[in-house]
Amino acid sequence: MEPTLEAQKSISTDNAIVVKGLRKSFKKLTVLNGIDLCVKRGTVLALLGPNGAGKTTTIRILSTLLLPDGGQALIHSFDVVREASKVRSLIGLTGQYAAVDEYLTGEENLHMIGRLYRLSHQVIKRRTQELLELFDLMEASARTVKTYSGGMRRRLDLAVSLIAAPPIIFLDEPTTGLDPRSRLIMWDIIEQLVAAGTTILLTTQDMDEADRLADKIVVIDGGKIIAEGTSDELKQRVGSERLEITIAEASSFETAKRVVYGDDIHLDSKTRTLSLATKGGVHQLKQVLSRLEEAGVGVENVSFHRPTLDDVFLTLTGHTTEQPNIEIERQEAKK
Amino acid sequence: MTKHSFITSVQTEKHSKIFWSLSDSWVMAKRSIKHITRNLDQLFAVALFPIMFFLLFRYVFGGAIDTGDLSYVNYLVAGILVQMLAFGANYTTLNLAIDLQRGIVDRFRSLPMASSALLVGHVGADLVRNTMSALIVLGVSFLVGFQPVAGPVEWMLVLGLAILFSLAISWLSAIMGLLVKSIEAAQWTGFIVIFPLTFVSSAFVPTDTMPEALRFFAENQPLTQVIEAIRGWLVGTPVGDSGWLGFTWCVGIIVVAMPVATWLFRRQALR
Repeated sequence: MEPTLEAQKSISTDNAIVVKGLRKSFKKLTVLNGIDLCVKRGTVLALLGPNGAGKTTTIRILSTLLLPDGGQALIHSFDVVREASKVRSLIGLTGQYAAVDEYLTGEENLHMIGRLYRLSHQVIKRRTQELLELFDLMEASARTVKTYSGGMRRRLDLAVSLIAAPPIIFLDEPTTGLDPRSRLIMWDIIEQLVAAGTTILLTTQDMDEADRLADKIVVIDGGKIIAEGTSDELKQRVGSERLEITIAEASSFETAKRVVYGDDIHLDSKTRTLSLATKGGVHQLKQVLSRLEEAGVGVENVSFHRPTLDDVFLTLTGHTTEQPNIEIERQEAKK
Repeated sequence: MTKHSFITSVQTEKHSKIFWSLSDSWVMAKRSIKHITRNLDQLFAVALFPIMFFLLFRYVFGGAIDTGDLSYVNYLVAGILVQMLAFGANYTTLNLAIDLQRGIVDRFRSLPMASSALLVGHVGADLVRNTMSALIVLGVSFLVGFQPVAGPVEWMLVLGLAILFSLAISWLSAIMGLLVKSIEAAQWTGFIVIFPLTFVSSAFVPTDTMPEALRFFAENQPLTQVIEAIRGWLVGTPVGDSGWLGFTWCVGIIVVAMPVATWLFRRQALR
């Protein structure tokens, strides 16, 4: 290892990850069809997309597990194909399934991977203690992983990825299948990692997750990028904020329709809801409410509704994240 | 949770490439050896199977098999030992296939470690497991009347050839482990290959009574050479060319199978 050379080369760019025109096909199926990415140091980029969109394939190429058919990917300016061993010393990978050794204890897993990262025994000891504490695995450290719960395994899995404190971490659907509490713990840890300067590329199907963690979101579908930007930017593409009013009684819904006017009004008599585009001003809210009051219409509920990433996804792809492309998914499962 | 204890500067240790590939192999071997002690089923299976065979042949078939002046139990030990080593190596196939099916190989491949280390680890653990099983089998054989005439030199030759044979079969098994598509397939592929090889040899019966073509194969295949050599050294039957042929076969197999397995492992990684 030549940390000084790596450090020099790393400083030469602001970008931790640069990907240009990445392509990959499995037999006849094109999984990646020209992906461009750029992740600034110390930021989080979320790859958002349904099953089979090419998220895992992208991560596998970037973590040197898979060769691309075309295009280039640089990690701290090192090429993932030609300089794979340099790349490997800079990255930590946490896949969709906990990649820990069931017959070893939590502590032994950390020791093993630490040594394979070429850390000294002294450093490994110190890091192991730190990480076991941090991930709340101290009590279970001497037990074999076989006895761990799903959440504990995933925590250990992430801890193992962090043993060498790599500057770049890939997280492939880090919270898929976790219970809500473990999910919050994961999110908290990821936020701390970022605060400490780590660059993170994560994949997710979960809008909340991308919304909460990512500085930048890249939406991919069918191996192509279909949108990118901050969470707010993506939401703007779908439309503005909306004001939603639920009328108390069905009988007064007709009256309400008459007195409320504005841009792009949607009506739903079943739920007695009317919604209109708004800039979010209090003034408009007051106006609408007083008009309803004057007309004697009771209001049950008022809310501002910002478009969610679900809306974004639906608008951009024509399908929700819950509807995977079955064909592609089958192909991905095969490999 | 303590805040920000992630980035404590972590320094890597500096050593030569050779040091690290040996270190990686050692780390992986330690892992596989720990698997043996935490998964005792495998160890017992490796030892129990040959003991069962041993007792069956010794007491059920033995009386009907003519081994000339040599008592059948003395004839049988070398064959049982070699069969046990061959079956034991199947655990390289199985354990490698298990690793490949689970996510852990992805983790190893994403680390800056030597890519052959995982294979070396499994093969090394096989050797340890086989050694333990061999001691158990030898122990049993003494109980049922085995009387070796080997001196220290012969015992050393037996040990050396047994180790080489175990390594050779383990490397072949590693190739199978990399080629099979499922854990289930890994469980029976070894048997399909090893069963005929051990029976069409001089392991359990002298080859004289076999049909000619089969006999030609039985007398010239590597297992027979290894068995004949070990039998000669243990109980004093003529060794002839079997000694150097046995060593040559084993070394030859290792020299070919090791790079092939490593190449397969690397190539699979990047599919």
